[in-house]
Amino acid sequence: MNMEHLPLFPEAASSIANQVDTLYFVWLGLSGAVALAVAVMVVWFAVKYRAGSTADRTLVEDAEHHRRLRWIEITWSAIPLVLFLGMFVWSTEVFYQGATVPRNALPVYLVGKQWMWHVEHPGGEREIDELHVPLGRPIELVMTSQDVIHSFSIPGFRVKQDVLPGRYTRLWFTPTRPGDYHLFCTQYCGADHSRMIGRVVVMEPTAFEHWLSAHAGAQTMAARGAARFRQYGCSGCHGANATVRAPRLEGLFGKPVQLQDGQSVIADERFIRDAVLLPNRNVPAGYEPTMPSYRGQIGEEELLEIIEYVKSLDNVTQEVVR
Amino acid sequence: MASALAAVAPQFDDAEQQRSASNLGIWIFLATEVLFFGVLFAAYAITRVRFPEAFAAGSRLTNITLAGINTAVLLTSSLTMALGVHAAKQGARRALVGWLCLTVVLGVGFLAIKAVEYRLDYLEHLVPSVNFAYPGPQTEQVELFFYLYFFVTAVHGVHVLIGICCIAVIAAMASRHAFSASYFTPVDVTGLYWHLVDIIWLFVFPLLYLVSRS
Amino acid sequence: MSSAMLAEHDNYLYKEFGWWAWLTTLDHKRIGVLYTITITALFFIGGSAAALIRLDLITPHSELVSIETYNKLFTMHGVIMVWFFLIPSIPATLGNFLVPIMIGARDLAFPRLNLASWYLFVAGGLCAIYALVAGGVDTGWTFYTPFSTMFSNTHVFAVVAGVFVAGFSSILTGLNFIVTIHQMRAPGMTWFRLPLFIWSMYATSLILVLATPVLAMTLLLIAIERTFEIGVFNPALGGDPLLFQHLFWFYSHPAVYIMVVPAMGVASEIISCFCRNPVFGYRFMAYAILAIAAFGFLVWGHHMFVSGQSAYAGTVFSLLTFLVSVPSAVKVFNWTATLYKGRISFEAPMLYALGFVGLFTIGGLTGLFLASMGLDVHLHDTYFVVAHFHYIMVGGAVMAFFGGMHFWWPKITGRMYPEAWARFTALLMFVGFNLTFFPQFILGYLGMPRRYPEYPPEFQVWNVLSSAGASILAFGYALPLFYLAWSLRHGAQSPANPWRAKGLEWQVSSPPPSENFLTTPIVTEDAYAYSGTGSPHG
Repeated sequence: MNMEHLPLFPEAASSIANQVDTLYFVWLGLSGAVALAVAVMVVWFAVKYRAGSTADRTLVEDAEHHRRLRWIEITWSAIPLVLFLGMFVWSTEVFYQGATVPRNALPVYLVGKQWMWHVEHPGGEREIDELHVPLGRPIELVMTSQDVIHSFSIPGFRVKQDVLPGRYTRLWFTPTRPGDYHLFCTQYCGADHSRMIGRVVVMEPTAFEHWLSAHAGAQTMAARGAARFRQYGCSGCHGANATVRAPRLEGLFGKPVQLQDGQSVIADERFIRDAVLLPNRNVPAGYEPTMPSYRGQIGEEELLEIIEYVKSLDNVTQEVVR
Repeated sequence: MASALAAVAPQFDDAEQQRSASNLGIWIFLATEVLFFGVLFAAYAITRVRFPEAFAAGSRLTNITLAGINTAVLLTSSLTMALGVHAAKQGARRALVGWLCLTVVLGVGFLAIKAVEYRLDYLEHLVPSVNFAYPGPQTEQVELFFYLYFFVTAVHGVHVLIGICCIAVIAAMASRHAFSASYFTPVDVTGLYWHLVDIIWLFVFPLLYLVSRS
Repeated sequence: MSSAMLAEHDNYLYKEFGWWAWLTTLDHKRIGVLYTITITALFFIGGSAAALIRLDLITPHSELVSIETYNKLFTMHGVIMVWFFLIPSIPATLGNFLVPIMIGARDLAFPRLNLASWYLFVAGGLCAIYALVAGGVDTGWTFYTPFSTMFSNTHVFAVVAGVFVAGFSSILTGLNFIVTIHQMRAPGMTWFRLPLFIWSMYATSLILVLATPVLAMTLLLIAIERTFEIGVFNPALGGDPLLFQHLFWFYSHPAVYIMVVPAMGVASEIISCFCRNPVFGYRFMAYAILAIAAFGFLVWGHHMFVSGQSAYAGTVFSLLTFLVSVPSAVKVFNWTATLYKGRISFEAPMLYALGFVGLFTIGGLTGLFLASMGLDVHLHDTYFVVAHFHYIMVGGAVMAFFGGMHFWWPKITGRMYPEAWARFTALLMFVGFNLTFFPQFILGYLGMPRRYPEYPPEFQVWNVLSSAGASILAFGYALPLFYLAWSLRHGAQSPANPWRAKGLEWQVSSPPPSENFLTTPIVTEDAYAYSGTGSPHG
């Protein structure tokens, strides 16, 4: 499909790509048909009714005529409306599929900054402007920006998501073809926006395992997170031997938390991040708002490591982890 | 002077059309002002919902006494303005000039009290980016509150100032016999503008000073 | 007293000569001319930026200009073309000139506000040009935060100030049109006898008046945030950069209707005249214009499907976007049906109008691709979007603008333009336009992002084709400067109604007298009372 110098269409390399492409082709067909119909009508009328032609131009402007005109208007309003509604339902469904992360997705963390992508796998492997992923497994990217709004886009997978400072956004895909694919930043972010590009490398599962072990960091992200947890004094209050009364973090991640004001929120990545940087925002019920803020002290990547660490505390006490 | 001004402008067919056009024109302009301030109110409301405690803490630090006095001042000025329009309808020139001058005085009074309030805020270290220092928790969000507080009250204050200038000009014109019982459209139009400035304050005051104060 | 009895120089152009007379004029026609001169100058500044962009994109690496310069070029191109050309274009030039005459009035309701609006526009334009000359701005015309408030080191404040000031020009124009159309219609000119151009000016004015204040405050917010380094868009303080996007697009989506609805009005006037037919489905067309303006306020979130906005919000915006497309589709069908059983001729204005219909149709259809959330994920911020909006703005609005300028040129200047050159230019623009922008749809689906001075080499061929088209288009835009200027001295004198068109503006002399009508007209027939007979030339 791709001629060497005149590409027409990107490769379809993810589980959702075919659905997106089908949407595209149906729209192409529908709009092509409408555009063609309009063009044909215009040209036909322009020729047949050109000034000086002998076409019949008698028009009876009676009530019957006006009735017919009204039906014409209603028809060519209703037909597009119905078509549009159908396409709306279908395309929204495709969007929701793309937005619903499968439970077994492998997380990978991404920090975008001017002008590069920092990738970190849970096993501690780090990449810059490259993302190695295994074929056939759903991958979830948890992303944030260190500065301005960026956007992570892989055209071959038909996926894209803005990457925001102060928030985590997500993107998931299941690669279906091995190979290299462009990754682009698609939200203008300053001077080197067009150089904030790279490649996604889809590998066969065994090759991916080899790659992981070849690039493994000295520690997993969670282990690094555990070190940060001690380094920043978190264990002083949240650890087993703390004298201060602070919420315990074992089994916390992903569960609902009752807040002081009666609301209930899920302890997700955003919750942990806010707890560290804006601790008085979501004070859990029964606790005092005495946690200090670590704004300006803990960087985005370190925060992600701490989050991985907290995730790893599922029903495991801290002693065992140590 | 009166006849020249009261003459129907050449694009209009008659005085009635001119009056209707001016009336519709000022109402459209007021609509644009509502949308202009609406953005500020939206930004304030949205940020407040994100940080209710910080904004409540900020509210408590505002000077409700001075702002309360100012509310009374502005409401009274709307009354004097309305009485001025009424006098204009009666053709009572001296009463009109009197009420307009009183409105100007009250408007200036509003700005003066506001200046005092700003000065007190400065002395209490509540001016963002300049000398803001709040010892309590969520200090950045309290600073955001005060950023919005100064922004909203300053934009409102600019509108008050513009209103004062317009009313002063109208008062000067009135004292020179520019208006009569059959022609006082500029007074009417300025009055509507002034009432809108007052109404906006009636939203600003509760939102910034009163809600969640306790 | 008929217009034929007027002395040859009893018109608004000859009333008073000299700079001072023009710069203090209260005549809506002269103000329309002042605007025309101003926006033409700004069009060529914005167009020069586009030329440099397309030249630079011939090679995958940015070899003509530095990356920083490229970023400034696309920003200034967008800022100038959107706010200093497209938004004022038809309303401030043709609208100012024609609205009073088409409804049978002597001037707009507030002539001094009208002159003030031109001065505000010039002041805003000068601010923007100052920013350009002082080194430019690199935020993109969309000024997304926190880049524009906390990171850009360019003259953001000056540009924002310029747009802010020009915004008041928009508001005053809109206010003037609404009051005029409501209050000053001639006897017998009921709402449903108004030309569709007036309906389009009315709807556009509603948007101008209601949306522009939102932009003004949003720009003020970023200017202050940038100056004082604190604000509600700053995530470090708990602020929300998405709030900026919502506020910005709340204005900027209706803004695109400010740009295209007047073009629709112009198209209706031209097509009916050169088909000798009333516009098909007049009432539906009028209601469609109002529906587009109203619904246009509800769809802004379709610019934000992948922004981090909630999927639920996105769903609502997607649905509303599909709904707003229906009245636009209806209008295209109605224009097509207007040709049925007409007596069609193909003078330059008609070529431009037909070009508008075709290119607007393609642009509008590609909007549906983008309204589909599942597909927009792939297409957002790619060249597909760039192609889509240029089809509407350039293929649509600019072609209609040229069509209108040609159609009413005899009325405004009293001269006929050279027909052969005008037709040639229309065709040149059509070809150049399609060659420039059609390849961009393909580039977009391939994934080429917008605002990229450098791109992967496999995208080069399409970029070269696009740039080749741009050179043809540039030539097409340059030509009217010459032949229209030529016509001012050497063009044939025009009679009052060279096209034998319906509409009050054609009942007065070409050019019109200063007061438009010697006696107030009384309207007794519907708009477009063509009988399908006669021709533009008798």
